[in-house]
Amino acid sequence: MSKNIIKIKDLNKWYGDFYALKNINLEVKKGEIIVICGPSGSGKSTLIRCINFLEQFQEGSISVDGTQLSDDMGKIRKVRAEVSMVFQHFNLFPHLSIIDNLTLAPIWVHNESKQDAREKALTILDRVGIRDQAEKYSNQLSGGQQQRVAIARALCTHPKIMLFDEPTSALDPEMIAEVLDVMVELAKGGMTMICVTHEMGFAKKVADRIIFMDEGQIIEESQPKNFFNKPESARLKMFLEQILSK
Amino acid sequence: MPAFKLQPNRQVPQSKAGILQWLHKNLFTNFTNSAFTLIALYGLYLIVPPLANWMFFDATFAPVSNAECGRNGACWSYIIEKLDLFIYGFYPPEQIWRPQLLVALSLGLVLLAKLLKNNKVKIIAWMIAIYPIIAFLLLHGGLGLSIVATYKWGGLMLTVVIATVGIVVSFPIGILLALGRQSKMRIIRLLSVIYIEFIRGVPLITILFMASVVLPLFFADGFNVDKLLRALIGITMFQAAYIAEVVRGGLQAIPRGQYEAADAMGLSFAKKIGLVILPQALKISIPNIVGSFIALFKDTTLVLIIGLADILSMVNLTSNDELWLGRSTEGYVFVMMVLWIILYSMSRYAKKIELKYNTQQKN
Repeated sequence: MSKNIIKIKDLNKWYGDFYALKNINLEVKKGEIIVICGPSGSGKSTLIRCINFLEQFQEGSISVDGTQLSDDMGKIRKVRAEVSMVFQHFNLFPHLSIIDNLTLAPIWVHNESKQDAREKALTILDRVGIRDQAEKYSNQLSGGQQQRVAIARALCTHPKIMLFDEPTSALDPEMIAEVLDVMVELAKGGMTMICVTHEMGFAKKVADRIIFMDEGQIIEESQPKNFFNKPESARLKMFLEQILSK
Repeated sequence: MPAFKLQPNRQVPQSKAGILQWLHKNLFTNFTNSAFTLIALYGLYLIVPPLANWMFFDATFAPVSNAECGRNGACWSYIIEKLDLFIYGFYPPEQIWRPQLLVALSLGLVLLAKLLKNNKVKIIAWMIAIYPIIAFLLLHGGLGLSIVATYKWGGLMLTVVIATVGIVVSFPIGILLALGRQSKMRIIRLLSVIYIEFIRGVPLITILFMASVVLPLFFADGFNVDKLLRALIGITMFQAAYIAEVVRGGLQAIPRGQYEAADAMGLSFAKKIGLVILPQALKISIPNIVGSFIALFKDTTLVLIIGLADILSMVNLTSNDELWLGRSTEGYVFVMMVLWIILYSMSRYAKKIELKYNTQQKN
């Protein structure tokens, strides 16, 4: 099973007394697109934040591309260097220009030369359609542009896996499309992606598997076709009714 | 149903200008404001003309003796006569070129740093590393230059030395303390908190007394640490605690998402702090940091209590000269103006940096 780039086994996590993740088992193949959905507070974000160790967990194991996550900071940094994350609130660095946001990790984590990092960053900005904004600061851009910059920043380190934590939830409706377009492009390019999102259109279009979570557990896991047309659990049926009737 | 019609763009209406309009809007809006304006004007009338007369119109600027100065106006001759003492203290007159050279050198380096294009960071780092050594050699002596012991230092020179060393050394220590206070490691956090809270709970004067009177009691006979050095250590320790609190305020204003984004990239702790967190935290804290430095600069005048002759204590020393009795007022006014010019420049400069690094509102 060497094709599985992420292996999560018997993962359990508590916040204080609150049981946040319950016995999660999940394996992700290279190049696979996984969409995770579910009501708020169901543990979706917590789960993907465990993959790059932004959240610590008490039981179980996660291995990313053969590296077992533990308390060893060296290993954690190795995983983080290979896994990029896009956040709900973009989290761009406001004191740096867009181009400096993009080149920070390549220069300081991957030891690339300034010149190389810059050229590559400009190419990637071109890909997400905002090359002309390279010298601006994040607060001068619209929300959609900021999120595209964040995706570009995540791409700059040539990650093996990309994690998306509700990338469109903080955007105006008119800007969601431009971000989703970029994500669809990525998915077609063969990137391994795990996306926490409520964009069911996106899920239908590109997901290989959709995972439905509630109360810290994986309730259902299926291909998009079955997920929408033949939901098995009553909980998912209810969720779909709610979300699709909007 | 009426069709939607795009409205044409209109200019902002012109505001009514003119002196009368301005006066009405700013000074005489209503009865209360008019009354306050008049009271303030009367107060200015009482204070400004006599002060101007004393300082300028009845004052003596020529280098004459005390007796030839009028008693109605200020006698700036006294300041002119004692200028070297005010600036250099008891620094040997034939060696005064040394501090003068240092000032010229400092200005030259600042200019050079501004003109630099390539390798800017590297060269400035070198300058910062070498400068203290050069400054020490020039002021104190050594390598062929005759030694000028620190008890001979005084005046503005001493004030600037104490303030500069205090500011420059306390700044990095303060940042480390602030980070220590936020640390996840209990012991480090505890030690930082104890240090900060202890120092902040004690007046600077007490620390200076401790440094100058109590500390030597613990030293073995014959072993003595320079008095100036002791004062410098005391002031630096004091200032570091305040800087730590100011920087902590900045650190707390950084959203958690910034830490997470830096972590998610795989940056090490030091790089995360140095490249992402501190630049933002310090930027937010600039006004408070400078405020704290200005307070320190003023506090340096307290060293006269432990017998160091800074610019303020020079007023006492020089006005005890029997040739210049009764001229301490001029001395205090002069010192006030010198300090004000320096401190106001600091505050203006801080404003400039603040604007320069403000990337939030560059729209």
